[in-house]
Amino acid sequence: MLDLGGANAADGEILDAPLYGPRSYRVFGDDALAKHFLEISMGPHHPSTHGVFRMDVVLDGETVVRLKPVFGYLHRNHEKLAETMSWLAAIPYTDRLDYFCSMTNNWAYVLAVEKLAGIAVPERAEYIRVIVGELTRLVNHICLAGFLLADLGALGTPLLYAFREREKILDIFEEISGARMMCNYMRFGGVRVDLSPEALQKIHRIAERFPFFLDEFEALVSRNEILLSRCQGVGVLPRHLAVNAGVTGPMLRASGVDYDLRKVDRYGIYDRFEFRVPLGEHGDVYDRYMVRILEMRESVAILRQALAQIPEKGEIMNPQAKLRNLRPKPGEIYSRIESPKGELGFYLISDGGPCPYRYRVRPPSFINLTVLEDMCLGQKIADVIVIFGSVDIVLGEVDR
Amino acid sequence: MDDWLKSELQRAGVFVTTLEWVYNQSRRSSVWPLQFGLACCAIEMIATAAARYDLARFGAEVFRPTPRQADLMIVAGTVTKKMAPQVVRIYNQMPEPKYVIAMGACAISGGPFKQGYNVLKGIDRFIPVDVHIPGCPPRPEALLNALMFLQRKIDRQTLGAAQPLRWYDPMDRAEFPVPACGAHDLVPTHTRAIWKPEASPRPLT
Repeated sequence: MLDLGGANAADGEILDAPLYGPRSYRVFGDDALAKHFLEISMGPHHPSTHGVFRMDVVLDGETVVRLKPVFGYLHRNHEKLAETMSWLAAIPYTDRLDYFCSMTNNWAYVLAVEKLAGIAVPERAEYIRVIVGELTRLVNHICLAGFLLADLGALGTPLLYAFREREKILDIFEEISGARMMCNYMRFGGVRVDLSPEALQKIHRIAERFPFFLDEFEALVSRNEILLSRCQGVGVLPRHLAVNAGVTGPMLRASGVDYDLRKVDRYGIYDRFEFRVPLGEHGDVYDRYMVRILEMRESVAILRQALAQIPEKGEIMNPQAKLRNLRPKPGEIYSRIESPKGELGFYLISDGGPCPYRYRVRPPSFINLTVLEDMCLGQKIADVIVIFGSVDIVLGEVDR
Repeated sequence: MDDWLKSELQRAGVFVTTLEWVYNQSRRSSVWPLQFGLACCAIEMIATAAARYDLARFGAEVFRPTPRQADLMIVAGTVTKKMAPQVVRIYNQMPEPKYVIAMGACAISGGPFKQGYNVLKGIDRFIPVDVHIPGCPPRPEALLNALMFLQRKIDRQTLGAAQPLRWYDPMDRAEFPVPACGAHDLVPTHTRAIWKPEASPRPLT
């Protein structure tokens, strides 16, 4: 038992901690029991902390009074390692940032280097990037839905359905890149391998069938009473807090902020596609789940348009692009894309040498995680897992 | 017992075998892994347990969240120096007999992150590893192969007094020392009983 009550200075700290906004939860009651808190260390080995994440949770009965995230269990020196190697050699490392979405990680990095070095990308390569990027979004969101439902107690079934769909998409990734997860597919000025007509045919079939799978999935779980009662009104993230904390991606849109970099920046060729940005209303766990389901439907719409528009033939690599001996002119660049988890940015400084002078990743998972305590305070301990699952983090990206 | 008598008895519906066979068969058919993912490889581990690759065909589908109910630890991913003490502690909490599969390049040797200051260069410095799977990440088939490899290893366990099983030896150390974070590296940097550093780099020829 951890005693924070009485004359301890900590009680004022909890009540008045002015992080982003007022906290309405009152910690201390009059009875003696309320003065005793239980401190629990959840993780780093915990079945539902999505990797090696640790939370120091202080509980009043079952209610969360304080939550302190502890990071660094998967700190793999990504940034410093990338500064010791050539610009090209850092691409495989970006695969391992957010290991669900290697394609979008590649994309964010090569886009930054292309802007820094002024490399143009052929049209067909742009379309291929959009196609694999949206396929990655499908993989990420459907796996997130599976994991979230597993955290809610639906152990197995939704996750098995999610992984069944994931395997279909990974087969395509394997065909075009040779690897299932770590694709290492994009290069400065294009992509590595062309999409064969057979691969395009398979993507066509996914774009056709995925909405039916989503219908099935939603019919199974989205109106489930347990899901509704455990998700609605839980872990509410107010709009102003989301904006102030720098939260991006589906989490921000679930709080009702219309901010999607595919619409705002229109990087690549996203200005050629018609799609809607789903927004939540309440900012609770259910909205975050639902926004992702709706986003998958929009991704399928983008896929269909891209498949209809993609030029039959064309170059997939800019022939002028140097890969091996790239030495961009001295300068700096910040470039960002809408990865499935949020704004994934790369800040690169070149001093004209063969390797980056500074290489910094702006990870969406890490910054989305900063509001975890604000969402969890006053909630029950069982809901912490659900709220945490709805943030959608990958520890490779949080700790880097 | 000779084969003739064995087949005669089998014809009469009597199955004769050794105690060892029964012991190993039941042990190999229910290797329960620990639900424990460290990094990227954990996703492939989940994919192996999912419907397409179906780890359940080998009796290893029951992922236990607590180490106290698990037989097999799949070290799936990069072990950092911050995480290594917890991995060893979890291993110590598992009941004997216990097995370890080091999945992926990181768990074997540090993999692509080997040069990093924070990455452990192989979990076999601290806990005994039964099967290593190379790959970054290994395919689910590779994990299945590793499991079959482990099962063949279990088949070779003997009950005889000539080669007693490690965990029946009262003098056996069931636990390995948990390293602590020192000023520069983990202290100790390895467990001497199970891992020895190479004496000197091989001369170039």
